[in-house]
Amino acid sequence: MGTQTIMHELGNQALANRREYLGMAEVSGPVVAIRGIHNVGYNELVEIADGQGNTRLGITLEVAEGAAIAQVFEGTSGLALETTRVRFRGTPQTMPVSEELLGRTFDGLGRPIDGGPEAIGEDRDVNGLPVNPTARAYPRKFIQTGISAIDGMNTLVRGQKLPIFSGSGLPHRQLVAQITRQAKIVGEEAPFAVVFAGMGIKHDEAMFYIKNFEQSGAMERLVAFLSLADAPSVERLVTPRTALTVAEFLAFDLGMHVLTVLTDMTNYCEALREISTVRAEIPSRKGYPGYLYSDLASIYERAGMIKDRPGSITQVPVVTMPNDDISHPVPDLSGYITEGQIVLERDLAQRGIYPPIAGLPSLSRLMKDGIGEGMTRADHAHLASQLFAAYAHVKDIRALASVIGEEDLSPLDHQYLKFGEAFEQRFLSQGHDEDRSMEQTLNLGWSVLSALPPEELHRITEEEIRKYYGK
Amino acid sequence: MDEGVIGKVKRVVGPVVEARREAQVEMLELVLVGEHRLIGEVVRIQGDSAWIQVYEDTTGLRPGAPIWSRGEPLSVELGPGLVGGIYDGVQRPLSALRAQMGDFVSKGAQVPALDRGKLWRFIPEVKPPLSVTGGCIIGRVQETELIEHKVMIPPLLAGELFEIAPEAEYHVEDTIARLRFDTRSIDVALHQRWPVRVPRPYMARLPHSMPLLTGQRVIDTLFPVARGGVVVVPGGFGTGKTMVQHALAKWCDADLVVYIGCGERGNEMTEVLTDFPKLTDPRTGRSLMERTILIANTSNMPVAARETSIYTGITIAEYYRDMGLHVAVMADSTSRWAEALRELSGRMEEMPADEGFPAYLPTRLAEFYERAGAVRTLSGSEATITTIGAVSPPGGDFSEPVTQHTKRFVRAFWALDKQLANARHYPAISWMDSYSEYIEDVEDWWMERTNHEWQKLRTTMISVMQQEARLQRVVKLVGADVLPDSQRLILEIANVFKNAFLQQNAYDKVDAYSGAEKQYRMLQIIAELYKLAAEAIKNGAALEDIRKTPIFTEVMQMKYQYDNENAGRLSGLLEKAREALHGYTNDNA
Ligand SMILES: Nc1ncnc2c1ncn2[C@@H]1O[C@H](COP(=O)(O)OP(=O)(O)OP(=O)(O)O)[C@@H](O)[C@H]1O
Ligand SMILES: [Mg+2]
Repeated sequence: MGTQTIMHELGNQALANRREYLGMAEVSGPVVAIRGIHNVGYNELVEIADGQGNTRLGITLEVAEGAAIAQVFEGTSGLALETTRVRFRGTPQTMPVSEELLGRTFDGLGRPIDGGPEAIGEDRDVNGLPVNPTARAYPRKFIQTGISAIDGMNTLVRGQKLPIFSGSGLPHRQLVAQITRQAKIVGEEAPFAVVFAGMGIKHDEAMFYIKNFEQSGAMERLVAFLSLADAPSVERLVTPRTALTVAEFLAFDLGMHVLTVLTDMTNYCEALREISTVRAEIPSRKGYPGYLYSDLASIYERAGMIKDRPGSITQVPVVTMPNDDISHPVPDLSGYITEGQIVLERDLAQRGIYPPIAGLPSLSRLMKDGIGEGMTRADHAHLASQLFAAYAHVKDIRALASVIGEEDLSPLDHQYLKFGEAFEQRFLSQGHDEDRSMEQTLNLGWSVLSALPPEELHRITEEEIRKYYGK
Repeated sequence: MDEGVIGKVKRVVGPVVEARREAQVEMLELVLVGEHRLIGEVVRIQGDSAWIQVYEDTTGLRPGAPIWSRGEPLSVELGPGLVGGIYDGVQRPLSALRAQMGDFVSKGAQVPALDRGKLWRFIPEVKPPLSVTGGCIIGRVQETELIEHKVMIPPLLAGELFEIAPEAEYHVEDTIARLRFDTRSIDVALHQRWPVRVPRPYMARLPHSMPLLTGQRVIDTLFPVARGGVVVVPGGFGTGKTMVQHALAKWCDADLVVYIGCGERGNEMTEVLTDFPKLTDPRTGRSLMERTILIANTSNMPVAARETSIYTGITIAEYYRDMGLHVAVMADSTSRWAEALRELSGRMEEMPADEGFPAYLPTRLAEFYERAGAVRTLSGSEATITTIGAVSPPGGDFSEPVTQHTKRFVRAFWALDKQLANARHYPAISWMDSYSEYIEDVEDWWMERTNHEWQKLRTTMISVMQQEARLQRVVKLVGADVLPDSQRLILEIANVFKNAFLQQNAYDKVDAYSGAEKQYRMLQIIAELYKLAAEAIKNGAALEDIRKTPIFTEVMQMKYQYDNENAGRLSGLLEKAREALHGYTNDNA
């Protein structure tokens, strides 16, 4: 397609790779094809300038002799085949990192949107590198969020990736805000930071979070990357990677404990599906590409801790479940990668319970090593397990009651129903600003459990019953 | 090692490279791609194109980049020093990589799997001259306290052994024997290489006769696996596949465990690396790491190397089997392997079959599981590989292709149930949906150790659980109160069986592992409790009263109260149960 090389005779070897071409062969959605080129690498940065000279960024998805296919992060609207100039940078997408980023807000590609100066610092490849499994340190320190349903039953651990599975209209925003406000390691003053990546979220939602950070005085510890709903969807694909590149720098170079909020991963996955569809790839479930699992893993696995380095990355991604369906590919594959999940339940929310954290499907897999004697309290594991088991039984009895009516239930069943009420109203429910200590949460757990006769508490030792039951 | 350039990169699509061929290449040949010399394998040849799957990140790879041949198929190094190690999917030693490149795995690193600098004391076991064939054991090396490493003639060699090294310390590359074949002389080193996609030969297949004891009650008692068997563990996310695999890796009575973390979490490998050295093998009292080999190709590591990781793992397992050992292989998760296959196939634009998986998925699955089995080795001993594969079905739906195809090639199925997991009933192995076809194979072994009661006790409890499932359907409609005591007893005993026997807390020191004797005695007590209570009820006693006898609470706690060394003391509890309920019947009838 009449592509011609604009000769850039650059003596410098490093710049020799920076080739510029005029014209493209094809534009289709966010994907462009360029021909008549050479020496272009896979997964490398492309600058695309439209007729007016406005530059956008993209990345090569496929390279072949004399041709490349690239996705354009900022969308392709306004691009004409003939007048577009394409420049191959010869490097992957990078993000400059430095301590100066704290307190700043950027777009998904790392360009300032807070009126401040350009980010400067050492350029890092946003794709990151896999941590060598032998270099990881196993996360063991619990983070107190002040929220009973989390601290008591789904304890969050420093370096964990624990997503919130939500549904449209459910209060995940409030919950995330409350977690970021209240999260702390009891008895430790360590440098911390919050890295926030907003993908495809609305402006007012982004403002809600930012305001929350401002109010809690955490603004100067925050780095935000916003790729809002009105930004081209492809930009979302880089946003979490840019954010995690900064998080890795803060955690592993500067030794900070970084809480990373990624919202909303479902929007991210939609962007991935869009690209895949344009490229006519063979889809797996619901049109998502077969590599969705690996792609998500390349994001989620960037949480964790590394031996002999003081910092950590804890991830709290938000995943909205389309139609509240937990088996939808996005929550499903997320659940297969993350270390548990906090599931929000519409039924609880409709009954006015906040936070509406579902009792049974929620799980924290790293909880076991972060709780117990010397960390939280010796009875914690048994108490949590008993609360889960008893609440599961409540669900069965409620199902039965809806068939045969409450009157015909046995006295024991009634006790379970009472426990269920107490559990939801007193243990689960709490105020948006209520910050409970671990001790309070555990005592509250015992207090609601005492609605059941001690013989029913199979998962608790007799000694624990003597010590805490009915107290 | 470079055999010269065999072609140039023509096209790069993620982990797949299409090459313009300039020389002869062979299918499955190992190649090095581009300036970083990324490791790759030829997976398709078509005219003057060759397709290569690349085991490292291809970012920055350009058309025109040269490709070199390594002159052999993708192979693993087999020799002393593997045990206790951790390798990626193409057997690069991760600890050594970390020492060389730091905390992150970057590309282009080439570190041999076996430490070249390490010395091993080789003790010859044969005297020349001797005519030998592949698999013959010619000496030994004490690899760890637990593993006596047999040094063998590589499978395809044969000839007259005319020289063997004296007992001394050697490097893995040193020659320790010389063979004469015709007029040629062949050096045999302290290590050998073997292509991962080719099963290592053995003399004959043998029938299964022994259980692989796992210490997990629901498995050993209800759904046992024989040594040399193959099992699949399917389950949605968070249902406990990894916990089952870890529990088996810790407690099963194999001589050696090869644990393949295939496309799963980095932290899970770290957990093994931190926990296993501290745990002791109940049979030998030695650290578990001394019998464990880890293959870790986590979900964020290159997808092509994930595809090979299970072959790397099973080849290593076969090598130790050939020494006469009983090896257990855990692959977590084979779904991630199948997805890697799908991704590579998609990038090569092959025709997809079910849900985008290539049509050859079932063949590949069958080939992998066939490499397990009980065999007579080339050197004449009996040895086994037992393979336990996890499957992660999308949405937890077992009707998907990987679960369905796998089911055809395995003989035991441990179905993990979301409902059980949600209620924190662990291990969440469903007693209704799981099965084992190894019961007959292991029956004799158990009968000999249980006064010939094993089958009777099992069937009693299985029947209780089946009746319970039926009764629960009624209960869901009308409540339990309308049932007669004899039927409510079924519910009660099922509940005891679930809580006291089937549930097993992997985090509890005593409960984590139950030896055969403890399992038998616990089973016996619960069956006896059932029998006696049923009699009492028949004689007119009320279930409510029986239920109040303290024996129920004691039975509920027995798994925590009696460790394996004191399992014999459970006979006391049995007596107590008899007394409690006998007395009951007489006093109250
Ligand atoms: N035997 C057990 N004892 C105690 N807890 C268990 C047991 N089995 C599973 N669990 C609990 O369930 C959680 C999830 O288990 P596991 O990680 O094995 O799931 P999985 O099926 O491998 O999930 P995924 O497919 O996402 O990897 C564990 O972190 C633990 O909390
Ligand atoms: Mg798992």
